[in-house]
Amino acid sequence: MNYEPVIGLEVHVQLKTWSKLFCSCSTEFGAEGNSHTCPVCLGWPGSLPVLNEAALKLGIRVGLALNCKVAERLKFDRKNYFYPDLPKAYQISQFDMPVNGKGELLIETKTADGKMIERKIGITRAHLEEDAGKLLHEGITDGSLVDYNRGGIPLLEIVSEPDLRSPQEAYDYLTALKAILQYVEVSDCDMEKGSLRCDANVSVRPVGQEKFGTKVEIKNLNSFKMVQKAIQYEIERQTEAIEGGETIVQETRLWDDGKGTTFSMRSKEEAHDYRYFPEPDLVPFTLSLELVKSIEATLPELPMARAKRFIKEFGIPEYDAYVLVQEKKLAEYFEACVREGAGAKTASNWIQTELLAMLNAKNIAIEDCPVASKEFAGLLKLVEAGTVSGKTAKDVLQEMAATGKAADVIVKEKGLTQVSDTGLIEKAVEKAIAANPVAVAEFKAGKQKALGALVGAIMKETQGKANPKIVNEILQKKLQG
Amino acid sequence: MEFKIERVAELARLNLKSEEKQKLEKDLGAILDYVKKLEALDTKGVEPTSHVLNMENVFRADEVKPSDAAEKALEHAPHADGRFFKVPKIVHRD
Ligand SMILES: [Zn+2]
Repeated sequence: MNYEPVIGLEVHVQLKTWSKLFCSCSTEFGAEGNSHTCPVCLGWPGSLPVLNEAALKLGIRVGLALNCKVAERLKFDRKNYFYPDLPKAYQISQFDMPVNGKGELLIETKTADGKMIERKIGITRAHLEEDAGKLLHEGITDGSLVDYNRGGIPLLEIVSEPDLRSPQEAYDYLTALKAILQYVEVSDCDMEKGSLRCDANVSVRPVGQEKFGTKVEIKNLNSFKMVQKAIQYEIERQTEAIEGGETIVQETRLWDDGKGTTFSMRSKEEAHDYRYFPEPDLVPFTLSLELVKSIEATLPELPMARAKRFIKEFGIPEYDAYVLVQEKKLAEYFEACVREGAGAKTASNWIQTELLAMLNAKNIAIEDCPVASKEFAGLLKLVEAGTVSGKTAKDVLQEMAATGKAADVIVKEKGLTQVSDTGLIEKAVEKAIAANPVAVAEFKAGKQKALGALVGAIMKETQGKANPKIVNEILQKKLQG
Repeated sequence: MEFKIERVAELARLNLKSEEKQKLEKDLGAILDYVKKLEALDTKGVEPTSHVLNMENVFRADEVKPSDAAEKALEHAPHADGRFFKVPKIVHRD
């Protein structure tokens, strides 16, 4: 029997505020233990939470970007459970009146046979809640240490519908969601700092069956690649179990990245009972249409819209457009290059290969790129005009990054101008043919590959400056003649 | 209203002796019965209330204010280690 997976994702994103959700403690990362705590976030009796207006507005911003129905009225609720990272023994969250209701996210994904398709993934809701503290276990044998600096930090939990059907789709959903969150500037989305976290709900069912199978929740997923791998593993585990006659139990499993497996947390027999009830310490909220409209008016062009515009306006391939828009700053860099006169396809190719390779090697972000978009466009224009060869241009790029000089200055100083003088190239071609009789004979015997040795000799003769297109033309002509 | 005193105690992490269970079961039952009287009221068309104050939209500005609460809390914590609170080891999440 064939099985298909049903996947839903829960993403927690930290909203970029200065202070916590319900108190005035700082949200700064990496502070000394418990230094960002106060009576409210330590849960002292008599202390009262008050909602951070900026956090609510950021939450609405995300909702609007995800086409959610923003609530007219919302409230907060207590989710009750005991755990040492929760000083109050409850978390202030939202139960039945979340800030954002149903929405959707359009994603671009690759099918198993490599085709690009667009899929609409439903968003169930996106609600505000406070983060818990952090438990530290390392190096301690007789207990755990607790740091409440993170406790009370504003989070938005974005819950997807169980609309995802493969690990690849889950990965593409997360990439698309992260791009949107970065575009609307609500979070730095740094998984290492915990400002973006993801849990996955996975079940399998026989193809054609409408009813969902029993779902398993996977936690401890620290990167999008891990989400993809863990889902893949879980699909195989569940399918095997069902085929072996086992029943899947609803449980929480943790991903072990070292072993590449998930393992059960052995939850207690009885299900959770969070006993949600309205938070009596917070009043309800009514959102005016004007407020929501005013936030909507400040939303920037979103990645999907930008990709479609790039395809239409610049004629670049679909796939390239989606890669470029995933990172806002990269998309802006590309567009700036084109506005500076570089060809769109050249710019797209060079940014995705040479520029990104250089940035990766130096481990710097695009916004800190040592070569400004205007300068990069200058280099690309030299390539397009045939002034320098592609190979030379790669070296020039390194030189530009190191010295900050413009491309044309470097080319002039170092005499790197590509030779397009047919007379000069013709001489080099003749010399190469004379010096490589074996390669010539091989080529004439039908071995196309032999051409490489001849081209290499010509390039050596011209110090790599010969225009490869002209070299090829002349070489073909001479050999056939 | 139906409830199981053992379940209520478990959720509240209380270890009740059997005589305590009996007493609390009776008390809690009486409280629930009292609240049940409200069900006699016709609430058709009445919007559910989540808060008793006739007040809404109370915000604070996104401003940071320091607090020295942690020093005091750590001083009075049953167990602490430097800047951290110390708790018994917890194996799995509730
Ligand atoms: Zn606080």
